Amino acid sequence: MDSALIPKGLKRCPFGPFVMGIGAVSAVLLWGVFAMLLVWIKGLNQTNMNDYYGFALWIWADLTVIALGGGAFFTGFLRYIIGKDELKNIINYAVLIGFICYSSAQLILGIDVGQPLRGWFIFWHANVHSMLTEVAFCLTAYFGVLTIEYLPLILENRQIDKVPFFHHLSHNLHEIMAVFAATGAFLSFFHQGSLGGVSGVLFGRPFGFREGVFIWPWTFFLFTWSAAAAGPCFTILITKITEVVTQKKLVKDNVIDLLAKISGWMLATYIVVKIVDTWYWATVTAPSKGFNFMDFYSDNAFYGPWILMLEIILGGIIPAVILITERWRKNPGFFITAIVLAVIGVCVNRWVMVLQVLAVPVLPFDRWILYYPSWQEVATTILPVAYGIILIALSYRYLPIFPQEQELNPVK
Amino acid sequence: MEKEHKSQTAHRYGMVIDLDKCTGCASCMVACMTENNVPFKTDESNKQDSITWMRVYKLTNGKSFPNTDICFLPRPCMHCGGIGNHGHSPCVSVCPATATDYSRETGIVSQIYTRCFGCRYCLAACPYHARYFNWWDPVWPAGMEKYLSPNVSPRMRGVVEKCSFCFHRYQLAKDRAFMEKRREIREDEYQTACTQACPAGAITFGDLDDPKHAVYGLKKDKNAFRLLERLQTNPKVYYISSREWVRRSGDNYLSN
Repeated sequence: MDSALIPKGLKRCPFGPFVMGIGAVSAVLLWGVFAMLLVWIKGLNQTNMNDYYGFALWIWADLTVIALGGGAFFTGFLRYIIGKDELKNIINYAVLIGFICYSSAQLILGIDVGQPLRGWFIFWHANVHSMLTEVAFCLTAYFGVLTIEYLPLILENRQIDKVPFFHHLSHNLHEIMAVFAATGAFLSFFHQGSLGGVSGVLFGRPFGFREGVFIWPWTFFLFTWSAAAAGPCFTILITKITEVVTQKKLVKDNVIDLLAKISGWMLATYIVVKIVDTWYWATVTAPSKGFNFMDFYSDNAFYGPWILMLEIILGGIIPAVILITERWRKNPGFFITAIVLAVIGVCVNRWVMVLQVLAVPVLPFDRWILYYPSWQEVATTILPVAYGIILIALSYRYLPIFPQEQELNPVK
Repeated sequence: MEKEHKSQTAHRYGMVIDLDKCTGCASCMVACMTENNVPFKTDESNKQDSITWMRVYKLTNGKSFPNTDICFLPRPCMHCGGIGNHGHSPCVSVCPATATDYSRETGIVSQIYTRCFGCRYCLAACPYHARYFNWWDPVWPAGMEKYLSPNVSPRMRGVVEKCSFCFHRYQLAKDRAFMEKRREIREDEYQTACTQACPAGAITFGDLDDPKHAVYGLKKDKNAFRLLERLQTNPKVYYISSREWVRRSGDNYLSN
């Protein structure tokens, strides 16, 4: 039915099962849309947030998807600026995943603010001292860059490509893509960093606060670094999931291996710096504010020392060691474990840097407050996942995302 | 106009609360809510999302009878000046839309409700929990809207609010002074609602930098302290207590 739209030389599943699959995911998406409308119409009282938890699941989701979407800027940086040519075989997918992550982040932010119609105030009445202002400007600008990077891919659709203007536009955009990749890397450095700065500058919150250099707390650099490390892991993870779902090999092993190796070294160096940061914070910064390290980890089982171990050892050291060791990296079981652990590691880091910052009481006579999200928060957080699946499915079906697919899967 | 502004004397309004006098009657909370049109819920049992610009905490020394002791601690906004009193308060520096500001004329941290878009970064930044988000639209019992203060605008759902040191009273006092061709206002012309409502006289309000104001001397009391001094937020609310355990409750100290 839609065969005229499917890229030449590639095989796709029949239209019926495809629509059925999209329909099933759309049901989840509609559930999320319903919750989103409830929040917009009735307000943030639909959430389990409160005056102790002004930030909660949504801000965690924002920080996390932006970190995971970091695969786009870092792969682009490696491909266009450093010149790792093999990565041209995965850059399209990295851009698509980045586009999904960043559009999701903006959607979630649109739901999260109390007065969504005033969202533009962040640009109009910008406070240049606020990390959130920097986030808003760089994030919006980078989303524009991602759109420009995704656009030539759309223009390569078989039917659109027949129009000479679109064909030339796509070609010319490809020619100057290095400019956008450089711009994207520059912008990403700042917004990934300023997201780290969001909690790092909170000198009233000793769990999140960090010293730093000039106006940037150490978390600024740690967030950029960890996004550059874990973002490509997420790109690889989604690629592997796509290969399982489509039952096809889509990217050659040498491409994945190169990206994983670089990611592993980024993760290894990051985790060393993260350990130094944690040690300095625990022995110098926190005590200067009147806190013992264990004050942050000994009240309840949820925020026990295990969460720090999970982040640093399981989500940092172990995947880093696996990914930088060629023998282990080439073992499929170890490899996928490392990729999943690296993604979990960055998710846990973003969680504690948002939620635990607020859970820890600062006033001596206050107490720990724990939080669990309402179903509306959960549904609106799953909404971007459903949206992402649909966009990936549509892009995979109608656009030549994987340059090596035809070679790896010749149509008989 | 700029010349006129420069000629104005800068003030640093603040509060000194004598915790030995406070009985925990919460008159200050009631007065504050009435004065500032603070909305309330039908069911106020969940204190984590109810709005109390002035909140009275109950502190205990943690000892059992007969050594047990309690203390009530009223907590308005601290109107932090930050290090060097340059207005680098935890909340002002983080607000992305400049919806909260530090006045160099009064030392008061303002909240511009019509500019706040409800990101709640300031809530996360404030270690005193002095900031509140309007999770609901304000709903007043039938007829009560007629009793709202005309000097304070009620806030809508989705924005943050907090204690303003009854800033509208400062504006009214300034207006009166202007009409009487005076440049400065007297101590008794500008007092917050909580100060006036406290039956025990535990709250004293005034210019912390003006030797003629009572707070100037009170803040130098040997038993005076501020909450969370170590964070270097530089609050403008001082507390006095003759009890050491109460003073130690004002900050976090390492056990060693």
